[in-house]
Amino acid sequence: MANQLKVGFFVTCLVNAFRPRIAFAAIELLEQAGCCVDVPEKQTCCGQPNYNSGDFTNTRKTLEQFIACYEQYDFIVAPSGSCIATLKKAADELFKEDKDWQMRAQKVANGCFELSQFLVDVLNVDLPSEARDIKATYHDSCSGLRALGIKNQPRQLLKTVADVQIVEMDDNEVCCGFGGTFCVKYPDISTKLVDEKIQHIESTGADCVIGGDLGCLLNIEGRLNRLGKRIRTHHFAEILSSQGCLAKKASE
Amino acid sequence: MTDSLFTQQVTAALTDTALQTALKNVKNGLTAKRHAAVTALPEYERIRRQAVRIKNKTLDQLDTYLLEYEKHVTAHGGRVHWAETPEAACEIIEGICRDAKAEHIVKGKSMVTEEIHLNAHLEKQGYEVTETDLGEYIIQLAEETPSHIIAPAIHKTKEQVARLFGEKHKLLDGVTEHSPRVDLVAEARRMLRQKFLAADVGITGANFLIAESGQHVLVTNEGNGDLCSLLPDTHIVVSGIEKVLPTRQDVGPFLRLLTRSAVGQHISNYVSFFSGPKKPEDRDGPSDFHVVLVDNGRSQMLNSEFKSMLRCVRCGACLNHCPVYGAIGGHAYHSVYSGPMGAVFSPLLEGLKKHGDLPNACTLNGRCQVACPMDIPLPDMIRQLRHQAWSHTLNSRASRWGLGCWAFITRHPGIYRLFVKLAIRLLAVLKGRSHYIKYVPFGQSWSARRDFPLPETSTFMEQWKKKKG
Repeated sequence: MANQLKVGFFVTCLVNAFRPRIAFAAIELLEQAGCCVDVPEKQTCCGQPNYNSGDFTNTRKTLEQFIACYEQYDFIVAPSGSCIATLKKAADELFKEDKDWQMRAQKVANGCFELSQFLVDVLNVDLPSEARDIKATYHDSCSGLRALGIKNQPRQLLKTVADVQIVEMDDNEVCCGFGGTFCVKYPDISTKLVDEKIQHIESTGADCVIGGDLGCLLNIEGRLNRLGKRIRTHHFAEILSSQGCLAKKASE
Repeated sequence: MTDSLFTQQVTAALTDTALQTALKNVKNGLTAKRHAAVTALPEYERIRRQAVRIKNKTLDQLDTYLLEYEKHVTAHGGRVHWAETPEAACEIIEGICRDAKAEHIVKGKSMVTEEIHLNAHLEKQGYEVTETDLGEYIIQLAEETPSHIIAPAIHKTKEQVARLFGEKHKLLDGVTEHSPRVDLVAEARRMLRQKFLAADVGITGANFLIAESGQHVLVTNEGNGDLCSLLPDTHIVVSGIEKVLPTRQDVGPFLRLLTRSAVGQHISNYVSFFSGPKKPEDRDGPSDFHVVLVDNGRSQMLNSEFKSMLRCVRCGACLNHCPVYGAIGGHAYHSVYSGPMGAVFSPLLEGLKKHGDLPNACTLNGRCQVACPMDIPLPDMIRQLRHQAWSHTLNSRASRWGLGCWAFITRHPGIYRLFVKLAIRLLAVLKGRSHYIKYVPFGQSWSARRDFPLPETSTFMEQWKKKKG
């Protein structure tokens, strides 16, 4: 197709290492939405660990690598709100003294979108729908929610594409205690926060908790498992893609 | 850095069951009430923008407005004193008390007097100082410091307060642990009334100073601030220099935001405008009136990237919306100011060496800025402080080395792919036959409390390459 929208897909470090199936699901959704998806081989990290630790010099270097890798694309999409929020914020903040890099950074940052935001706000297309018969609760990850305004988009997709029944938990906008390096620097506070989150998740009676950032999901999942709870965690892309249908069939 | 006093306090706080019970009051009380009050005010965002505009304009010409304020206070017959440091402020206040031949001092709630450690200074000189805000009174009896900027005793349960009163008020009819709140309040009032009547000097803070009129505004729920201001013959107002607003009209939007953000009240029980000492036609009021304007690092903030921190009106909304504060309470911060505003303000006042943990103990979730009526970019400032710590090599060597290596890897895509590939192979060895990893060497902070998720057999990039041929 000549008019296909070309998208540079950013896998993100956590998905690349721990949950490749989220990336496959995301790419499937983008292709269903009519995009031509490219996965640049030279992609690495958005710089978030260094940026949030205050190491701005190294963050800038990591971002330069990202910019060089993605500046050929008008749209850059990632299955993570926190990576996209970092790219946008750091690109805006760290190149103020270099006009040339600032322009390149700004162009790339303007093209960056989180997956649900891109599917709903930019493309606004109908994806093939099939009911999944899932009762879920949704955890709003902080960066996506507050830096990018992601709230309704994943819920709308889960409803229209997969007919997921979403039962909202109390405090669904409160941090799960992940916070990147926070959870290893202050593990006791982090555990207290994730335990509160798990209580709220449990009281919804949902079979699974869905979110849009793998960091939060790994934190919640790791703690759920340690506590011996049977609630599953999923990225919304997994539920929306054909993997969601397969998972449903497997459990039948 | 994490084996610090802060970490020890965190452990103590998390295992303190009374504290954990008390902290639920923050969420169920203050946070929920603020939400209801703000939702019921459709023009909230407009007022918020207006207040931010006024404060920014004022801070741009802070010197002008402060001098105008001083001029009008002087015209009322009061006196303004300028204190650059906490020590200078304490000495000025002590001097006024000495001149007044004071013995008994009553105080309204004031965070800036906590900041300059005024009570300790005055008590060392032999003055009797009584805190008259109920929360402050409780923690003074308990010989503690405030754990919240607007609810200083929020870490205490009612039962703990009853026991404390039982111990300290031996001469009065004792209260028991089962006494209702109203009895505890009545007992505190009975004790405090004597102090008010005997006081020679009253010391209060100020919520706002008004440049055009030389007035100051005090917002309280208990009326104790008014008694401190009006009953003793000498009244000393202690205020940070950032509290000034240009006009009386400017106070309006701030009053509408302040108490809604703090406790969900549309307006507090007492909103008083004071102007200098008693006039001949007044029946009450002090004959001697002083204002001590405290800088303590604020001028430096004014000329830095932390300028907007000076917009803070000390409502405490950021504390009430901070998950970390909600988990550990205020004392764990081991600083006068706690929560998100404390994580920025305390290192700026007393240095990152002393308070290095504070900006780190934050998940950067951003809820504080959303709740802040002055829209202070607290998460950005917290990150900026981490940058300062990084630039001054205050972080641990391990974290600097680790992040340096990571940054190197991210700049070399080939090495990055290889590194991730090897790392997940290593994790596959650790998992054994389980679906989760219970122990990760060097990753104990995670794996002591959570299972480590098992990667798939290979990275996405490997799988993708295979798929695409």
